[in-house]
Amino acid sequence: MADVPPIPHQAIPNPYIPNTDADRALMLDRLGLTSIDDLFEELPAAHRSPAIDVPIALAEADLVRMLAERAAENVTNRPSFLGAGAYRRAIPTITAHLAGRSEFATSYTPYQPEISQGTLQAAFEYQSVVCELSGLDVSNTGMYDAASATAEACLLAVRVTRRRAVALLEPIHPNTIDVVRMYAYGGDVRVDVVREASEITDEHACLVVQQPDFLGGIADVQALADAAHEAGALCVVVADPLALGLLRAPGDAGADLVTGEGRDLAGPMTFGGPSLGLFAARETFLRQMPGRIVGRAPELHPPAGAPHDAPARIGYVLTLQAREQFIRRERATSNFSTGQSLIATAFTITMQTLGPQGLRESAELCYQKAHDAARRIAALPGYTITSPGAWFQEFLVRGEKPAAVIASALAEHGIVPGLDVSDRAEPEAHEALLFCVTEATPAAHVDALVQALSEIGGRS
Amino acid sequence: MTLTTEDVGARLAFDRGTPGRRGVGVPRWTGEPTPLPDAHLLRESVRLPELSQNEVIRYYGALSRRNYSIDTGTYPLGSCTMKYNPKVNDLIASLEGFAHAHPLAQPEHLQGILRVLHELQGYLGEITGLAAVSLAAAAGAHGELAGILMIKRALERRGDLAQRRRVLVPDSAHGTNPATAAMAGFTVQELKSGPDGCVDLDALEAALGDDVAAFMITLPNTLGLWERDIQRIVQRVHEAGAYVYGDGANLNAILGRMRFGDLGFDVVHLNPHKTFGTPHGGGGPGAGPVCATPELAPFLPAPVVTEADGWYTQFRPDDSIGRMQQFHGSVGVLLRAYAYIRTIGREGLAETSGNAVLNANYLRTLMEAHFDLPYDRRVMHEVVFSGNRQKRQNGIRTYDIAKRIIDHGLHPPTVYFPLIVEEALMIEPTEAESRESIELLAQAFIEVAEEAARDPDALHAAPQTAPIGRMDETEASRHPVIRWQPRPE
Repeated sequence: MADVPPIPHQAIPNPYIPNTDADRALMLDRLGLTSIDDLFEELPAAHRSPAIDVPIALAEADLVRMLAERAAENVTNRPSFLGAGAYRRAIPTITAHLAGRSEFATSYTPYQPEISQGTLQAAFEYQSVVCELSGLDVSNTGMYDAASATAEACLLAVRVTRRRAVALLEPIHPNTIDVVRMYAYGGDVRVDVVREASEITDEHACLVVQQPDFLGGIADVQALADAAHEAGALCVVVADPLALGLLRAPGDAGADLVTGEGRDLAGPMTFGGPSLGLFAARETFLRQMPGRIVGRAPELHPPAGAPHDAPARIGYVLTLQAREQFIRRERATSNFSTGQSLIATAFTITMQTLGPQGLRESAELCYQKAHDAARRIAALPGYTITSPGAWFQEFLVRGEKPAAVIASALAEHGIVPGLDVSDRAEPEAHEALLFCVTEATPAAHVDALVQALSEIGGRS
Repeated sequence: MTLTTEDVGARLAFDRGTPGRRGVGVPRWTGEPTPLPDAHLLRESVRLPELSQNEVIRYYGALSRRNYSIDTGTYPLGSCTMKYNPKVNDLIASLEGFAHAHPLAQPEHLQGILRVLHELQGYLGEITGLAAVSLAAAAGAHGELAGILMIKRALERRGDLAQRRRVLVPDSAHGTNPATAAMAGFTVQELKSGPDGCVDLDALEAALGDDVAAFMITLPNTLGLWERDIQRIVQRVHEAGAYVYGDGANLNAILGRMRFGDLGFDVVHLNPHKTFGTPHGGGGPGAGPVCATPELAPFLPAPVVTEADGWYTQFRPDDSIGRMQQFHGSVGVLLRAYAYIRTIGREGLAETSGNAVLNANYLRTLMEAHFDLPYDRRVMHEVVFSGNRQKRQNGIRTYDIAKRIIDHGLHPPTVYFPLIVEEALMIEPTEAESRESIELLAQAFIEVAEEAARDPDALHAAPQTAPIGRMDETEASRHPVIRWQPRPE
């Protein structure tokens, strides 16, 4: 590797191994051995100590410098109007400060509740926030991301309805379809992608609806849930949690399961992960839920010295574990083990710092800024906003020139355009770019976009 | 009352709000207003607490202090490899060019991150001896699912899937193994381990047949023991036309010393939060890289990063099982794993496994007079004792021993796993602990064993020094309360 300075390894002692040569000698002596290699003599000799082509050790300063160079090779400082599942959000500084505390970050799954109350109580707060947002009764402690949580919701629907197919309603994120297909391949479940809720039949375990949909539109969840229920299917809604600050709670509109992507309210998007899959359900599905669940529990005995009649102190524990792989093994509801605990804690801190007004105002600010940008673009000659109906933060822009031409012209102006969706079947997506403006989009970036579109010209 | 003296658990953030209080100032839109969508699409409000920023800081600060962590002290949780989490790696993952990279950006804006991920694929391919690598899965169990589905696809392509519907799993395996096989649509057959804690070759022979899809095996196994017949096992599974799936959870024991690929494994998943020191976060985020043979490469989950003439792009393998997640995977975790590997370097690999195995064997030697050792053999990175002696002689269960260990200022080991060991105490010190801290750990266990004989009630009453005592877990599952509700006025 050309960029690695040839520092001899001997110059860099491994900073993560505390044993000294003297320690090792003493320990080996106690074991009756002379070298560490003796500990591995059971391993097949022919394959021991292979040559491994990994670079030699780097000193910390060299490591940081090298990776800072790599990071700088990414272009992330241009005005960007890419959304399509990953959104730049205004996250309070205290979120990273608190979730980054090493007591949260460097602990394991809370198997010992007495010394894991921080993780457990934060998870209980998280479950409560997700129930409030979704309008549903129960939540787990979070899953990998929105798409995989949606796939797990489909599998839950398959279990409870005993039907072997699921229906995904367009427009839905194409990668969500891909992830659901992957899980469905495991479960030998059929995946139908439908354009109308009326296509759902008594073969379908559920109808999956994205809110707002992949092209930004706000769905009427009630009407879609009614259609699903008429066919005896469940309704799964994949929701943007910031949009839920403004939009009707899916659970109140008939959804049986709600999933969503929490990453963008928890921390940076980091090329898409780690993420956070919200997962909430009606209470009747509690014992069919995948993932971990935290419950409230009283302390068994009063602490030493407490008055005899003192109320039991309250704590939190992992509960309803008979669903899980480490107990139920091949009969578990899922193989889920390590999830996204720290991201869930960060998400919760953002939500509780925003509070009810802050969440509502952020959602409205997002909506207003996006609509203002769309209005200014629509006022330019040759450009049309083709989004049909109500939308939240993403809108379709069509010029008289092909979408690809406008996109590359914007790139030449130093602007990251919205996603080119012109290959999609929806008429409104024809030759259109999907622009995203959120509450965190700087006004100057919108100005630059409008200016650039004006210079490029919408007319052919 | 302050947060240091009150019953923190009884009052959630939800209970601490004051109407009108704000934690952050959100700008109001002062431009031309757009009417909101129709009222039937909107909600009134969301019930969330109204807290000042300082209140949020103090509350979550108080919660964090009710956690034990690696940064607090020794965390010898067997099977979890709770080693030190380097802080420089957190800094690297937060570098702006990485943190703000959009997953759908054009490749010309992503060369830095794609190059790092490509190099990481290469390192993991070298470390496992299985060169076809995908970083797409979000956690170990997710990687397992990817690996088993790759096997499913391979069987389908060779026309064998209808017939091969059984997956064999040792009875000492992690629960995720059988759960994963079931999620992938296979039936699971458990294999009883032999008296030495290893796969029983006769049991394997009896179970193998032309209806077997795969054998899932953890190496070294979950008892912390080397599988002495591993080469024969791999050979027999392959001769039966099935695949060998490797659970890489215990890679820390053989890092730099033995490669799954050299032993003939077909596909393995790794756990960066175990082997490569990424923070576990109290239950994630993890990542689940999958490493496979060239035969299985076409089925890898998407995306995979590829390089041509110094230009990096993502691609979808020809016959990929599909996507595991919406985007690239746990990139923030993978960056930390990359930084870890670059810091310890080539020589650090075998040094890591060497010290991890030395520490575990030293601990075994210090403790073996005081606890039953169900498999009296040299161990690898962890040692599994049994609390049977204390149970029989003192009426003390492993559960009580674990709780008393808390009062020694330590995190307890993994208990009651593997399931085949009665009253199991599974201890994994890792290479990140010093000789003295191994001695203190052993001393704590010995003192607890002595106390069990002298004063068993002290163990039943433990822990006494934790933020809270034992909790009524039966009540928690019998009458589940799993969310906040407003208190009656």
